[in-house]
Amino acid sequence: MARRVFAPLMAGLLATSPVSAQSLVMAFSGSPTSADPHYHTFSPNIALDSHSYNTLVDMDPKSRPIASLAESWRLVSPDTWEFKLRPGVKFHNGDDFTAEDVVYTLARVPTVLNSPGSFSIYTKSVVSSEVVDPHTIRLKTNGLYPLLPIDLTLVFMIPRRLGPNPLNEDFNNGRNAIGTGPYRMTSYKPGDRVELERFDGFWGKKPHWANVSVRMIPNDGARTASLLAGDVQFIEFVPTSDVARLGTDKRVALSQTDSLRLVFLWLNRSHQVAPPFVTGPNGEALTTNPLNDLRVRKALSMAINRNAIVERVMEGAAIPSNQFLAPGVSGHVADLAPVPFDIAAARALLAEAGYPKGFRITLHGPNDRYVNDGKIVQAIGQMWTRIGVETKVDAMTWTTYISRASKQEFSAFLLGWGISSGEASNPLRALVHTYDAASGWGSVNRGRYSNPQLDGMIKAAMAVADDKMREAALIDAERVAMEDVALIPIHIQKNIWAMRAGLTHTPRADERTLAMDLIPAP
Amino acid sequence: MTVWIFRRLIQAVFVMLAMTVIVFVGVNVIGDPVEILISPDADQAERIRAIAALGLDKPLWEQYLRFLWGAVRGDLGRSFVFNEPALQLISQRMPATLELAVTAVLLAVVLGIPLGLLAGLYPHSLFGRLAMAGSILGFSLPSFWVGLMFIMIFAVQLGWLPSTGRGATVTVFGIPWSFLTRDGLAHMAMPAFNLALGNIALVLRLTRSGVRENMPMDYVRFARAKGLSPQRVVFVHVLKNIMIPVVTVLGLQFGSTVAFAVVTESVFAWPGMGKLIIDSINVLDRPVIVAYLMMIVLMFVTINLIVDLLYTVLDPRVRIGGAE
Repeated sequence: MARRVFAPLMAGLLATSPVSAQSLVMAFSGSPTSADPHYHTFSPNIALDSHSYNTLVDMDPKSRPIASLAESWRLVSPDTWEFKLRPGVKFHNGDDFTAEDVVYTLARVPTVLNSPGSFSIYTKSVVSSEVVDPHTIRLKTNGLYPLLPIDLTLVFMIPRRLGPNPLNEDFNNGRNAIGTGPYRMTSYKPGDRVELERFDGFWGKKPHWANVSVRMIPNDGARTASLLAGDVQFIEFVPTSDVARLGTDKRVALSQTDSLRLVFLWLNRSHQVAPPFVTGPNGEALTTNPLNDLRVRKALSMAINRNAIVERVMEGAAIPSNQFLAPGVSGHVADLAPVPFDIAAARALLAEAGYPKGFRITLHGPNDRYVNDGKIVQAIGQMWTRIGVETKVDAMTWTTYISRASKQEFSAFLLGWGISSGEASNPLRALVHTYDAASGWGSVNRGRYSNPQLDGMIKAAMAVADDKMREAALIDAERVAMEDVALIPIHIQKNIWAMRAGLTHTPRADERTLAMDLIPAP
Repeated sequence: MTVWIFRRLIQAVFVMLAMTVIVFVGVNVIGDPVEILISPDADQAERIRAIAALGLDKPLWEQYLRFLWGAVRGDLGRSFVFNEPALQLISQRMPATLELAVTAVLLAVVLGIPLGLLAGLYPHSLFGRLAMAGSILGFSLPSFWVGLMFIMIFAVQLGWLPSTGRGATVTVFGIPWSFLTRDGLAHMAMPAFNLALGNIALVLRLTRSGVRENMPMDYVRFARAKGLSPQRVVFVHVLKNIMIPVVTVLGLQFGSTVAFAVVTESVFAWPGMGKLIIDSINVLDRPVIVAYLMMIVLMFVTINLIVDLLYTVLDPRVRIGGAE
């Protein structure tokens, strides 16, 4: 009875939002912090900006550089890059896109006020620019800098019409939100939703959806439920625990690809005596740092059953790895296989290094940052204990964790690294090069690993202009880093999206969720 | 009375001042916002720039004094993350939370009091027992779980209600409200009920025990003996006497409902203050955290003031400050 009265009433009340074949509602897991494309180097911002703005060079789904607003680029001299710009490109306001807009954008990026993470890290290598003609620009760097085209894949072009010091607010309220991208932003409600409308003057391939609504649903369960309920048609970061169930649901399709995000362990190398949380097998103080011994590092790596972690903890949503990059990505070392899981060999190495009874250590990790991070450190803690390294596990919230990790307060700790450049120089320079404020290299070398031979190889590789030859030099450097166990790679995450049945998605290695990548299934 | 209100206001100022110190020190201990906000690709020079841009290169006491000086002039600082005044950010999100919380408290009154009355008048009936058993569930089930169950049942299985988010809004007095549209109400139904569940149970139990306590009392017997109708006895005399604890609790609960709408807002992706504060805590957006907590303290102080004033209306024996 109640149901008879109630059901039609509710159903009537609720004819949900209008859905037409041309409209798409998709859900992000993070909330963009601004609609200003130069305000904050934050993944949700970049994903959102990619709809309305273009860069000179873009990344294809496998994160290989491809032409975008620049049709071609080449080194004209060791310190000068020349970009040939695409003719006939219009901004949303009808202005033509020319070399002057590039100059304007490059000048604006470092001047954004109060930026919590500036895009100037991608423009700072440009020391001067020269407009050759409206569709040719030359950018001068301080010496040879082969990665400029890749850095520019994150610099969104805005029109010089915006004048000096355009304000964040004016991007958020739409007045300044003028790009060359396939969508125009029509409304921005922080933490709630963004409305996009197809821009008919777009220079590239016309996207399928005329209107796109981007919802922000950080809660994993709610995001999946919204998809099942049909309120959104496309979601990102499907929780690994839901993947199996969604895979058998006829209403839903999944897409996945190897990401550029490596999950790995740092070992604290900044101490000659035992670092914090490391003691002898009976809790006594150690006069040496066992982590400085290559045999110990190898043993710790060998003790990790990566296949078990990938299968049980990650439920298949990762690939075991002993290097930075997944197969198919520039800089992947084909013959560097994951370290085999071997308890006996690990114990033997420990004994050889003078720790026959092992030692005690605490493994730290975040519990709310990477996919299943807390469970991964739990699993590794047990694996290490099995070879005699008695391991305590301490997983904590990211906000507390990362500040402490950056101060070398831990001895063994888990981190992830997203290789935004899609090639090997990025992790080599940022992670395993010696921490060096002057060059800006080793900036996130939180284990303070240092190997002069490796530093030299990275520097030499960066002086190679030819992409193929540089890749070969970087691969040699990677081999040295991995052979020396500069860090302990665990796995490379997979990116997983879910969509309503009848849609097809081209998954991207760089985790960006783009309406342009989603089309009705043929 | 005026002296009393004045004294309460002075107290409120001190409470808020203490709050700023606690929050400022507390947030500073948690971690370094730059580590969280900055691009992982940033080099050491960019880190130093970001630290300076956020004003974090200054010693803590100087940051605090700057904050206080701004607060005196009505400026609670700019969000590190959004680069907008913290107060503006919060007030933008406030209508969404307020309409949710008010609806939840209204639901608690509209459902909790009648159910509690019935359960109190007929404690041994099947209904009375069911109401008591149900109210235990209302208290004890974690609200994020109940919220997700609501979504699974009413949105995913039955398809009656939209799963998450806030519906269409209508702007009244320059503020967008969603309770004025059908779509808005549909979106609000589940989160409001989810938020109200605990309050309904609480009000039901309070009302029930009040009724049971009052029914055998002498004044009820006299009223009956006087020949008053049972309706008049219950709705005028008994109800009035049991309202004091209910109003007290509802007042305090309204504060907590606003302050702790966090869980419901996250589960239903409701773009309110609760979601803002959780996001802000996750990225250590200090100005927003401080401003939010100050607003909550202000709200609790105000609610307590209103509750105290309501007592005098409900119970003529209470005379605030009168004895002095």
